[in-house]
Amino acid sequence: MKAVITVVGRDSVGIIAKVSTLCTEYHANIVDISQSVLSEYFAMIMVVDIDSLTVPFTSFVDVLAALGKNTGLDVRTMHEDVFNSMHRI
Amino acid sequence: MINTKDILETINMVKEENLDIRTVTMGISLLDCASDDPVKAAQRVYDKVTRCAGRLVPVALQIEKEYGIPIINKRVSVTPVSLIGGRYTSEDYIRFAQALDRAADTLGINFIGGYGALVQKGMTNADKALIDSIPEALAETGKVCSSVNVASTKAGINMDAVALMGKIIKKTAYLTRDKDCIGCAKFVVFSNVPEDNPFMAGAFHGTGEAECVINVGVSGPGVVSSAIERAGDCDFSELAETVKRTAFKITRMGQLVAREASKRLGVPFGIVDLSLAPTPAVGDSVARILEDMGLETCGGCGTTAALALLNDAVKKGGVMASSQVGGLSGAFIPVSEDAGMIEAASSGALSIEKLEAMTAVCSVGLDMIAVPGDTTEDVISALIADEISIGVANTKTTAVRVIPAYGKKAGDSVSFGGLLGQAPVMKISTVSPARFIARGGRIPAPIHSLKN
Repeated sequence: MKAVITVVGRDSVGIIAKVSTLCTEYHANIVDISQSVLSEYFAMIMVVDIDSLTVPFTSFVDVLAALGKNTGLDVRTMHEDVFNSMHRI
Repeated sequence: MINTKDILETINMVKEENLDIRTVTMGISLLDCASDDPVKAAQRVYDKVTRCAGRLVPVALQIEKEYGIPIINKRVSVTPVSLIGGRYTSEDYIRFAQALDRAADTLGINFIGGYGALVQKGMTNADKALIDSIPEALAETGKVCSSVNVASTKAGINMDAVALMGKIIKKTAYLTRDKDCIGCAKFVVFSNVPEDNPFMAGAFHGTGEAECVINVGVSGPGVVSSAIERAGDCDFSELAETVKRTAFKITRMGQLVAREASKRLGVPFGIVDLSLAPTPAVGDSVARILEDMGLETCGGCGTTAALALLNDAVKKGGVMASSQVGGLSGAFIPVSEDAGMIEAASSGALSIEKLEAMTAVCSVGLDMIAVPGDTTEDVISALIADEISIGVANTKTTAVRVIPAYGKKAGDSVSFGGLLGQAPVMKISTVSPARFIARGGRIPAPIHSLKN
Protein backbone atom coordinates (compact mmCIF):
# COMPACT_ATOMS: atom_id res chain seq x y z
CA MET A 1 0.00 0.00 0.00
CA LYS A 2 1.11 3.51 -0.70
CA ALA A 3 0.36 6.94 0.67
CA VAL A 4 0.77 10.37 -0.83
CA ILE A 5 2.44 13.11 1.21
CA THR A 6 1.96 16.66 -0.06
CA VAL A 7 3.78 19.65 1.34
CA VAL A 8 2.86 23.18 0.38
CA GLY A 9 4.18 26.40 1.89
CA ARG A 10 6.83 29.07 1.96
CA ASP A 11 10.18 27.74 0.76
CA SER A 12 12.91 27.23 3.34
CA VAL A 13 16.06 25.17 3.81
CA GLY A 14 15.66 21.45 4.42
CA ILE A 15 11.96 20.77 3.84
CA ILE A 16 12.57 17.58 1.89
CA ALA A 17 15.18 16.53 4.44
CA LYS A 18 12.75 16.92 7.32
CA VAL A 19 10.01 14.90 5.63
CA SER A 20 12.36 12.17 4.43
CA THR A 21 13.97 11.91 7.87
CA LEU A 22 10.55 11.10 9.31
CA CYS A 23 9.92 8.60 6.51
CA THR A 24 13.16 6.83 7.35
CA GLU A 25 12.42 6.89 11.06
CA TYR A 26 9.03 5.23 10.57
CA HIS A 27 10.09 2.93 7.71
CA ALA A 28 8.08 4.56 4.95
CA ASN A 29 9.95 3.84 1.73
CA ILE A 30 9.98 6.78 -0.69
CA VAL A 31 9.04 5.49 -4.15
CA ASP A 32 8.53 8.75 -5.99
CA ILE A 33 9.03 12.41 -5.39
CA SER A 34 8.36 15.57 -7.34
CA GLN A 35 8.83 19.12 -6.20
CA SER A 36 8.68 22.60 -7.59
CA VAL A 37 9.31 26.09 -6.30
CA LEU A 38 7.19 28.84 -7.73
CA SER A 39 8.18 32.36 -6.57
CA GLU A 40 8.74 31.71 -2.88
CA TYR A 41 6.32 28.82 -2.68
CA PHE A 42 7.34 25.25 -2.34
CA ALA A 43 5.17 22.31 -3.42
CA MET A 44 6.19 18.71 -3.05
CA ILE A 45 4.41 15.46 -3.73
CA MET A 46 5.97 12.33 -2.31
CA VAL A 47 4.66 8.80 -2.77
CA VAL A 48 5.72 6.41 -0.02
CA ASP A 49 5.28 2.70 0.51
CA ILE A 50 3.63 2.16 3.90
CA ASP A 51 3.66 -1.63 4.10
CA SER A 52 6.51 -1.74 6.62
CA LEU A 53 5.53 1.25 8.76
CA THR A 54 6.63 0.80 12.36
CA VAL A 55 3.53 2.57 13.68
CA PRO A 56 -0.15 2.51 12.62
CA PHE A 57 -0.77 4.64 9.53
CA THR A 58 -2.96 7.10 11.48
CA SER A 59 -0.05 7.79 13.86
CA PHE A 60 2.25 8.42 10.89
CA VAL A 61 -0.34 10.92 9.58
CA ASP A 62 -0.26 12.66 12.97
CA VAL A 63 3.55 12.83 13.02
CA LEU A 64 3.67 14.49 9.61
CA ALA A 65 0.82 16.85 10.49
CA ALA A 66 2.77 17.88 13.59
CA LEU A 67 5.82 18.57 11.43
CA GLY A 68 3.65 20.79 9.25
CA LYS A 69 2.37 22.66 12.27
CA ASN A 70 5.86 23.25 13.67
CA THR A 71 7.29 24.45 10.38
CA GLY A 72 4.31 26.49 9.16
CA LEU A 73 3.79 24.22 6.14
CA ASP A 74 0.65 22.47 5.00
CA VAL A 75 1.54 18.77 5.17
CA ARG A 76 -1.11 16.24 4.19
CA THR A 77 -0.79 12.49 4.13
CA MET A 78 -3.49 10.55 2.37
CA HIS A 79 -3.93 6.91 1.46
CA GLU A 80 -3.47 6.30 -2.28
CA ASP A 81 -6.94 4.73 -2.52
CA VAL A 82 -8.45 8.21 -2.36
CA PHE A 83 -6.76 9.23 -5.59
CA ASN A 84 -7.22 5.89 -7.28
CA SER A 85 -10.93 5.76 -6.60
CA MET A 86 -11.54 9.37 -7.57
CA HIS A 87 -9.55 9.44 -10.79
CA ARG A 88 -9.63 5.88 -12.09
CA ILE A 89 -12.56 3.82 -13.23
CA MET B 1 2.00 6.19 -10.53
CA ILE B 2 -0.78 8.55 -9.67
CA ASN B 3 -0.89 11.66 -11.80
CA THR B 4 0.37 14.85 -10.09
CA LYS B 5 -2.52 16.85 -11.52
CA ASP B 6 -5.04 14.39 -10.05
CA ILE B 7 -3.37 14.55 -6.64
CA LEU B 8 -3.46 18.33 -6.59
CA GLU B 9 -7.07 18.37 -7.80
CA THR B 10 -8.20 16.09 -4.96
CA ILE B 11 -6.27 18.04 -2.35
CA ASN B 12 -7.67 21.30 -3.64
CA MET B 13 -11.20 19.90 -3.40
CA VAL B 14 -10.70 19.09 0.28
CA LYS B 15 -8.69 22.14 1.24
CA GLU B 16 -10.29 24.94 -0.74
CA GLU B 17 -13.64 23.67 -1.93
CA ASN B 18 -15.04 22.04 1.22
CA LEU B 19 -15.27 18.52 -0.18
CA ASP B 20 -16.43 16.30 2.62
CA ILE B 21 -18.50 13.29 3.42
CA ARG B 22 -21.56 14.77 5.07
CA THR B 23 -22.53 11.74 7.01
CA VAL B 24 -21.90 8.10 7.70
CA THR B 25 -25.22 6.85 9.00
CA MET B 26 -25.75 3.44 10.53
CA GLY B 27 -29.27 2.08 10.14
CA ILE B 28 -30.33 -0.23 12.97
CA SER B 29 -33.51 -2.29 13.17
CA LEU B 30 -35.34 -1.99 16.49
CA LEU B 31 -38.02 -4.52 15.66
CA ASP B 32 -36.58 -6.99 18.18
CA CYS B 33 -36.72 -4.42 21.02
CA ALA B 34 -40.50 -4.54 21.43
CA SER B 35 -41.83 -5.37 24.88
CA ASP B 36 -45.06 -5.10 26.91
CA ASP B 37 -43.16 -3.00 29.37
CA PRO B 38 -42.11 0.41 27.97
CA VAL B 39 -39.27 0.76 30.50
CA LYS B 40 -37.85 -2.57 29.42
CA ALA B 41 -38.31 -1.73 25.73
CA ALA B 42 -36.55 1.64 26.13
CA GLN B 43 -33.65 -0.12 27.83
CA ARG B 44 -33.46 -2.65 25.00
CA VAL B 45 -33.40 0.20 22.49
CA TYR B 46 -30.54 1.87 24.35
CA ASP B 47 -28.63 -1.40 24.63
CA LYS B 48 -29.08 -2.36 21.00
CA VAL B 49 -28.17 1.04 19.56
CA THR B 50 -25.06 1.39 21.73
CA ARG B 51 -24.03 -2.18 20.96
CA CYS B 52 -24.48 -2.01 17.17
CA ALA B 53 -23.03 1.48 16.74
CA GLY B 54 -20.39 1.21 19.46
CA ARG B 55 -17.51 1.51 17.00
CA LEU B 56 -19.15 3.89 14.53
CA VAL B 57 -17.45 7.08 15.70
CA PRO B 58 -13.90 5.67 16.19
CA VAL B 59 -14.03 3.89 12.82
CA ALA B 60 -15.30 7.04 11.06
CA LEU B 61 -12.51 9.07 12.67
CA GLN B 62 -9.95 6.52 11.59
CA ILE B 63 -11.17 6.57 7.98
CA GLU B 64 -11.22 10.36 8.05
CA LYS B 65 -7.59 10.44 9.11
CA GLU B 66 -6.29 7.74 6.76
CA TYR B 67 -7.96 9.13 3.67
CA GLY B 68 -7.73 12.78 4.60
CA ILE B 69 -11.42 13.33 3.76
CA PRO B 70 -13.44 15.02 6.49
CA ILE B 71 -16.50 13.10 7.68
CA ILE B 72 -18.67 15.82 9.15
CA ASN B 73 -21.39 13.82 10.90
CA LYS B 74 -21.76 10.36 12.33
CA ARG B 75 -25.39 9.39 12.74
CA VAL B 76 -27.71 6.53 13.52
CA SER B 77 -31.15 5.87 12.05
CA VAL B 78 -33.58 3.42 13.58
CA THR B 79 -36.85 1.68 12.72
CA PRO B 80 -39.78 4.14 12.91
CA VAL B 81 -40.46 4.03 16.62
CA SER B 82 -44.25 3.84 16.21
CA LEU B 83 -43.79 0.33 14.80
CA ILE B 84 -42.35 -1.06 18.01
CA GLY B 85 -44.56 0.76 20.49
CA GLY B 86 -47.81 -1.16 20.09
CA ARG B 87 -50.10 -0.07 22.89
CA TYR B 88 -47.91 2.60 24.42
CA THR B 89 -49.14 6.03 25.44
CA SER B 90 -47.47 9.28 24.39
CA GLU B 91 -45.65 9.38 27.75
CA ASP B 92 -44.25 5.91 27.09
CA TYR B 93 -42.97 7.02 23.69
CA ILE B 94 -41.13 9.96 25.23
CA ARG B 95 -39.17 7.39 27.22
CA PHE B 96 -38.02 5.95 23.88
CA ALA B 97 -36.92 9.38 22.70
CA GLN B 98 -34.91 9.82 25.88
CA ALA B 99 -33.35 6.37 25.48
CA LEU B 100 -32.35 7.25 21.91
CA ASP B 101 -30.92 10.57 23.07
CA ARG B 102 -28.91 8.90 25.82
CA ALA B 103 -27.61 6.35 23.30
CA ALA B 104 -26.57 9.19 20.97
CA ASP B 105 -24.68 10.87 23.82
CA THR B 106 -22.97 7.64 24.81
CA LEU B 107 -21.89 6.99 21.24
CA GLY B 108 -20.79 10.58 20.60
CA ILE B 109 -22.82 10.76 17.37
CA ASN B 110 -24.35 13.97 16.03
CA PHE B 111 -27.96 12.90 15.43
CA ILE B 112 -30.22 9.91 15.79
CA GLY B 113 -33.26 9.66 13.51
CA GLY B 114 -36.32 7.48 13.31
CA TYR B 115 -38.58 8.87 15.99
CA GLY B 116 -41.48 8.83 13.58
CA ALA B 117 -44.34 7.14 11.84
CA LEU B 118 -45.49 6.16 8.35
CA VAL B 119 -49.10 7.25 8.00
CA GLN B 120 -49.55 7.82 4.27
CA LYS B 121 -52.79 5.89 4.18
CA GLY B 122 -54.00 5.90 7.75
CA MET B 123 -52.96 6.19 11.35
CA THR B 124 -52.85 3.33 13.85
CA ASN B 125 -53.37 4.10 17.53
CA ALA B 126 -49.65 3.67 18.00
CA ASP B 127 -48.92 6.17 15.21
CA LYS B 128 -51.30 8.68 16.77
CA ALA B 129 -49.79 8.31 20.24
CA LEU B 130 -46.29 8.74 18.85
CA ILE B 131 -47.17 11.76 16.73
CA ASP B 132 -48.84 13.41 19.74
CA SER B 133 -45.61 12.93 21.69
CA ILE B 134 -43.34 14.53 19.06
CA PRO B 135 -43.35 18.12 20.43
CA GLU B 136 -42.41 17.05 23.97
CA ALA B 137 -39.94 14.45 22.69
CA LEU B 138 -38.11 17.04 20.58
CA ALA B 139 -38.18 19.60 23.37
CA GLU B 140 -36.76 17.18 25.92
CA THR B 141 -34.00 15.70 23.78
CA GLY B 142 -31.05 17.19 21.94
CA LYS B 143 -30.08 14.78 19.17
CA VAL B 144 -33.29 12.97 18.33
CA CYS B 145 -34.80 13.70 14.91
CA SER B 146 -38.33 12.94 13.88
CA SER B 147 -40.14 12.45 10.61
CA VAL B 148 -43.66 11.54 9.53
CA ASN B 149 -44.58 10.31 6.06
CA VAL B 150 -48.05 11.63 5.28
CA ALA B 151 -48.41 10.69 1.62
CA SER B 152 -47.23 8.53 -1.23
CA THR B 153 -47.98 8.29 -4.91
CA LYS B 154 -49.48 4.85 -4.27
CA ALA B 155 -51.64 5.81 -1.29
CA GLY B 156 -52.53 9.45 -1.90
CA ILE B 157 -52.38 12.10 0.81
CA ASN B 158 -53.56 11.47 4.34
CA MET B 159 -55.10 14.88 4.96
CA ASP B 160 -56.03 14.02 8.56
CA ALA B 161 -52.32 13.59 9.20
CA VAL B 162 -51.52 16.78 7.27
CA ALA B 163 -54.00 18.71 9.44
CA LEU B 164 -52.39 17.25 12.55
CA MET B 165 -48.89 18.22 11.36
CA GLY B 166 -49.76 21.93 11.51
CA LYS B 167 -50.66 21.55 15.19
CA ILE B 168 -47.59 19.43 15.97
CA ILE B 169 -45.23 21.91 14.32
CA LYS B 170 -46.78 24.89 16.13
CA LYS B 171 -46.60 23.09 19.46
CA THR B 172 -42.99 22.03 18.85
CA ALA B 173 -42.08 25.64 18.07
CA TYR B 174 -43.79 26.81 21.27
CA LEU B 175 -42.09 24.23 23.48
CA THR B 176 -38.66 25.14 22.12
CA ARG B 177 -39.35 28.90 21.86
CA ASP B 178 -36.42 29.75 24.16
CA LYS B 179 -34.03 28.13 21.67
CA ASP B 180 -35.32 29.81 18.51
CA CYS B 181 -37.83 26.95 18.03
CA ILE B 182 -35.04 24.48 17.26
CA GLY B 183 -37.41 21.54 17.76
CA CYS B 184 -38.92 22.30 14.36
CA ALA B 185 -35.48 22.00 12.73
CA LYS B 186 -35.45 18.38 13.87
CA PHE B 187 -38.86 17.48 12.46
CA VAL B 188 -39.77 16.86 8.84
CA VAL B 189 -42.98 15.88 7.07
CA PHE B 190 -42.56 13.70 3.97
CA SER B 191 -44.26 12.31 0.92
CA ASN B 192 -42.76 9.22 -0.76
CA VAL B 193 -40.16 8.98 1.98
CA PRO B 194 -37.09 6.84 1.14
CA GLU B 195 -36.31 4.14 3.69
CA ASP B 196 -32.53 4.38 3.43
CA ASN B 197 -31.90 8.11 3.58
CA PRO B 198 -28.80 8.98 5.64
CA PHE B 199 -29.64 12.68 5.95
CA MET B 200 -31.39 14.27 8.90
CA ALA B 201 -33.97 15.09 10.02
CA GLY B 202 -35.61 12.46 7.81
CA ALA B 203 -33.34 9.45 8.29
CA PHE B 204 -34.93 6.24 9.50
CA HIS B 205 -34.29 2.55 9.01
CA GLY B 206 -37.05 1.15 6.81
CA THR B 207 -38.88 -2.09 7.42
CA GLY B 208 -37.51 -3.59 4.21
CA GLU B 209 -33.94 -3.06 5.39
CA ALA B 210 -31.48 -5.53 6.89
CA GLU B 211 -30.71 -5.77 10.60
CA CYS B 212 -27.97 -3.15 10.36
CA VAL B 213 -26.55 -1.21 7.37
CA ILE B 214 -24.17 1.62 6.55
CA ASN B 215 -25.43 4.46 4.36
CA VAL B 216 -23.30 7.39 3.32
CA GLY B 217 -24.29 10.88 2.27
CA VAL B 218 -21.84 12.89 0.21
CA SER B 219 -21.62 16.64 -0.03
CA GLY B 220 -19.59 19.02 -2.17
CA PRO B 221 -21.48 22.06 -3.53
CA GLY B 222 -18.21 24.01 -3.32
CA VAL B 223 -16.46 21.57 -5.66
CA VAL B 224 -19.27 21.83 -8.24
CA SER B 225 -19.32 25.60 -7.92
CA SER B 226 -15.56 25.88 -8.58
CA ALA B 227 -15.77 23.51 -11.54
CA ILE B 228 -18.51 25.64 -13.11
CA GLU B 229 -16.48 28.76 -12.51
CA ARG B 230 -13.50 27.20 -14.24
CA ALA B 231 -15.67 26.07 -17.17
CA GLY B 232 -16.44 29.73 -17.92
CA ASP B 233 -19.12 30.77 -20.43
CA CYS B 234 -19.66 27.38 -22.02
CA ASP B 235 -23.00 26.20 -23.41
CA PHE B 236 -25.47 24.07 -21.46
CA SER B 237 -24.27 20.70 -22.77
CA GLU B 238 -20.79 21.43 -21.57
CA LEU B 239 -22.11 22.85 -18.31
CA ALA B 240 -24.05 19.64 -17.63
CA GLU B 241 -20.98 17.61 -18.57
CA THR B 242 -18.84 19.58 -16.10
CA VAL B 243 -21.31 18.95 -13.28
CA LYS B 244 -21.53 15.26 -14.18
CA ARG B 245 -17.77 14.77 -14.11
CA THR B 246 -17.50 16.57 -10.77
CA ALA B 247 -20.41 14.63 -9.26
CA PHE B 248 -18.71 11.42 -10.34
CA LYS B 249 -15.54 12.30 -8.47
CA ILE B 250 -17.39 13.41 -5.34
CA THR B 251 -19.45 10.25 -5.31
CA ARG B 252 -16.39 8.04 -5.71
CA MET B 253 -15.24 9.44 -2.37
CA GLY B 254 -18.57 8.52 -0.85
CA GLN B 255 -18.36 5.03 -2.28
CA LEU B 256 -14.83 4.55 -0.94
CA VAL B 257 -15.79 5.72 2.54
CA ALA B 258 -18.97 3.62 2.52
CA ARG B 259 -17.08 0.50 1.46
CA GLU B 260 -14.36 1.00 4.06
CA ALA B 261 -16.82 1.79 6.86
CA SER B 262 -18.87 -1.25 5.99
CA LYS B 263 -15.78 -3.48 5.92
CA ARG B 264 -14.29 -2.20 9.16
CA LEU B 265 -17.58 -2.28 11.06
CA GLY B 266 -18.60 -5.65 9.66
CA VAL B 267 -21.95 -4.22 8.62
CA PRO B 268 -23.40 -4.46 5.08
CA PHE B 269 -23.08 -1.43 2.82
CA GLY B 270 -26.50 0.03 2.05
CA ILE B 271 -26.39 2.98 -0.29
CA VAL B 272 -24.58 6.17 -1.21
CA ASP B 273 -26.89 9.16 -1.29
CA LEU B 274 -25.87 11.43 -4.15
CA SER B 275 -27.05 14.64 -2.62
CA LEU B 276 -25.41 18.02 -2.87
CA ALA B 277 -25.81 19.12 0.73
CA PRO B 278 -24.84 22.72 1.50
CA THR B 279 -23.54 24.06 4.80
CA PRO B 280 -23.63 27.64 6.08
CA ALA B 281 -19.85 27.86 5.43
CA VAL B 282 -18.70 30.24 2.72
CA GLY B 283 -18.12 28.35 -0.53
CA ASP B 284 -20.42 25.45 0.32
CA SER B 285 -23.66 26.71 -1.13
CA VAL B 286 -26.09 25.29 -3.73
CA ALA B 287 -27.46 28.80 -4.35
CA ARG B 288 -23.97 29.91 -5.39
CA ILE B 289 -23.82 27.11 -7.98
CA LEU B 290 -26.99 28.46 -9.57
CA GLU B 291 -25.48 31.95 -9.51
CA ASP B 292 -22.25 30.61 -11.03
CA MET B 293 -24.37 29.30 -13.88
CA GLY B 294 -25.27 32.88 -14.67
CA LEU B 295 -28.15 34.00 -12.46
CA GLU B 296 -27.75 37.34 -10.74
CA THR B 297 -29.32 35.99 -7.56
CA CYS B 298 -30.82 32.65 -6.63
CA GLY B 299 -34.61 33.04 -6.62
CA GLY B 300 -34.96 35.03 -9.83
CA CYS B 301 -36.42 33.73 -13.10
CA GLY B 302 -34.24 30.93 -14.43
CA THR B 303 -33.61 29.46 -10.98
CA THR B 304 -35.83 26.42 -11.49
CA ALA B 305 -34.24 25.62 -14.86
CA ALA B 306 -30.73 25.96 -13.44
CA LEU B 307 -31.62 23.73 -10.51
CA ALA B 308 -33.21 21.12 -12.78
CA LEU B 309 -30.02 20.95 -14.84
CA LEU B 310 -27.87 20.69 -11.72
CA ASN B 311 -30.02 18.00 -10.12
CA ASP B 312 -30.10 15.85 -13.22
CA ALA B 313 -26.39 16.15 -13.93
CA VAL B 314 -25.49 15.30 -10.31
CA LYS B 315 -27.49 12.08 -10.56
CA LYS B 316 -26.10 11.13 -13.95
CA GLY B 317 -22.54 11.66 -12.78
CA GLY B 318 -23.03 10.05 -9.41
CA VAL B 319 -24.91 6.97 -10.41
CA MET B 320 -21.97 5.39 -12.23
CA ALA B 321 -19.63 6.16 -9.35
CA SER B 322 -21.46 4.03 -6.83
CA SER B 323 -22.57 0.43 -6.82
CA GLN B 324 -25.75 1.21 -4.88
CA VAL B 325 -27.47 4.56 -4.99
CA GLY B 326 -30.43 5.50 -2.85
CA GLY B 327 -31.76 7.88 -0.24
CA LEU B 328 -32.78 11.30 -1.45
CA SER B 329 -30.09 11.72 -4.14
CA GLY B 330 -30.47 15.23 -5.49
CA ALA B 331 -29.56 18.81 -4.68
CA PHE B 332 -30.80 20.09 -1.33
CA ILE B 333 -32.09 23.61 -0.91
CA PRO B 334 -32.35 24.16 2.86
CA VAL B 335 -32.56 27.90 3.33
CA SER B 336 -30.93 28.21 6.75
CA GLU B 337 -28.06 25.88 5.87
CA ASP B 338 -26.96 27.64 2.70
CA ALA B 339 -25.16 30.99 2.78
CA GLY B 340 -26.41 31.92 -0.72
CA MET B 341 -30.02 31.01 0.09
CA ILE B 342 -29.89 32.98 3.34
CA GLU B 343 -28.67 36.04 1.46
CA ALA B 344 -31.23 35.64 -1.33
CA ALA B 345 -34.10 35.16 1.14
CA SER B 346 -32.96 38.09 3.31
CA SER B 347 -32.81 40.42 0.32
CA GLY B 348 -36.27 39.35 -0.82
CA ALA B 349 -35.02 37.80 -4.07
CA LEU B 350 -36.05 34.32 -2.96
CA SER B 351 -39.66 33.73 -1.90
CA ILE B 352 -41.40 30.68 -0.46
CA GLU B 353 -43.41 30.42 -3.69
CA LYS B 354 -40.21 30.20 -5.75
CA LEU B 355 -38.76 27.64 -3.36
CA GLU B 356 -41.90 25.56 -3.83
CA ALA B 357 -41.43 25.64 -7.61
CA MET B 358 -37.77 24.66 -7.19
CA THR B 359 -38.73 21.60 -5.16
CA ALA B 360 -40.55 20.19 -8.20
CA VAL B 361 -37.17 19.59 -9.85
CA CYS B 362 -34.87 18.69 -6.95
CA SER B 363 -34.83 16.91 -3.65
CA VAL B 364 -36.12 17.49 -1.08
CA GLY B 365 -38.60 20.23 -0.40
CA LEU B 366 -39.39 23.32 1.60
CA ASP B 367 -36.48 22.84 3.90
CA MET B 368 -35.40 24.85 6.93
CA ILE B 369 -37.70 27.74 6.20
CA ALA B 370 -38.65 30.10 9.01
CA VAL B 371 -42.06 31.76 8.82
CA PRO B 372 -43.63 34.33 11.19
CA GLY B 373 -44.57 32.99 14.62
CA ASP B 374 -48.21 33.95 14.21
CA THR B 375 -48.65 31.74 11.11
CA THR B 376 -51.72 29.63 11.85
CA GLU B 377 -51.80 25.84 12.08
CA ASP B 378 -54.07 25.76 9.04
CA VAL B 379 -51.65 27.75 6.91
CA ILE B 380 -48.80 25.43 7.90
CA SER B 381 -50.92 22.36 7.11
CA ALA B 382 -51.89 23.86 3.76
CA LEU B 383 -48.26 24.68 2.99
CA ILE B 384 -47.47 21.03 3.72
CA ALA B 385 -50.39 19.88 1.54
CA ASP B 386 -49.09 21.94 -1.40
CA GLU B 387 -45.57 20.64 -1.13
CA ILE B 388 -46.64 17.06 -0.57
CA SER B 389 -48.92 17.26 -3.65
CA ILE B 390 -45.88 18.07 -5.78
CA GLY B 391 -44.24 14.88 -4.54
CA VAL B 392 -47.30 12.69 -4.97
CA ALA B 393 -48.12 13.97 -8.46
CA ASN B 394 -44.52 13.67 -9.65
CA THR B 395 -43.69 10.35 -7.98
CA LYS B 396 -40.84 11.89 -6.05
CA THR B 397 -39.90 12.60 -2.48
CA THR B 398 -40.87 15.99 -1.15
CA ALA B 399 -40.71 17.24 2.40
CA VAL B 400 -41.45 20.20 4.61
CA ARG B 401 -39.26 21.36 7.47
CA VAL B 402 -40.73 24.67 8.48
CA ILE B 403 -40.08 26.74 11.60
CA PRO B 404 -42.88 29.05 12.77
CA ALA B 405 -40.53 31.33 14.70
CA TYR B 406 -42.29 32.09 17.96
CA GLY B 407 -42.68 35.82 18.61
CA LYS B 408 -40.94 36.79 15.37
CA LYS B 409 -42.16 38.42 12.20
CA ALA B 410 -40.99 38.58 8.59
CA GLY B 411 -37.55 40.18 8.39
CA ASP B 412 -36.35 38.84 11.76
CA SER B 413 -34.14 35.79 11.89
CA VAL B 414 -33.60 32.63 13.92
CA SER B 415 -30.27 30.99 14.59
CA PHE B 416 -29.61 27.33 15.39
CA GLY B 417 -25.84 27.15 15.07
CA GLY B 418 -23.73 24.40 13.53
CA LEU B 419 -24.92 22.74 10.36
CA LEU B 420 -28.48 23.94 10.93
CA GLY B 421 -27.38 27.54 10.40
CA GLN B 422 -29.63 30.57 10.60
CA ALA B 423 -32.84 31.39 8.81
CA PRO B 424 -34.38 34.72 7.86
CA VAL B 425 -38.09 34.73 8.75
CA MET B 426 -39.87 34.73 5.38
CA LYS B 427 -43.19 36.20 4.37
CA ILE B 428 -45.96 33.68 3.85
CA SER B 429 -49.53 34.09 2.55
CA THR B 430 -51.96 34.49 5.45
CA VAL B 431 -55.12 33.88 3.41
CA SER B 432 -57.07 31.23 5.32
CA PRO B 433 -57.21 27.64 4.02
CA ALA B 434 -59.09 26.59 7.22
CA ARG B 435 -62.19 25.18 5.48
CA PHE B 436 -60.06 23.20 3.04
CA ILE B 437 -57.90 21.66 5.75
CA ALA B 438 -60.91 20.90 8.00
CA ARG B 439 -62.41 18.53 5.41
CA GLY B 440 -60.21 15.65 6.55
CA GLY B 441 -59.96 12.26 4.87
CA ARG B 442 -57.64 11.33 2.04
CA ILE B 443 -56.78 12.91 -1.27
CA PRO B 444 -56.88 9.92 -3.65
CA ALA B 445 -53.75 8.62 -5.30
CA PRO B 446 -53.11 10.04 -8.78
CA ILE B 447 -54.10 7.98 -11.82
CA HIS B 448 -50.50 7.28 -12.78
CA SER B 449 -50.02 5.39 -9.52
CA LEU B 450 -51.95 2.53 -11.15
CA LYS B 451 -49.04 1.01 -12.97
CA ASN B 452 -49.79 -2.69 -12.76
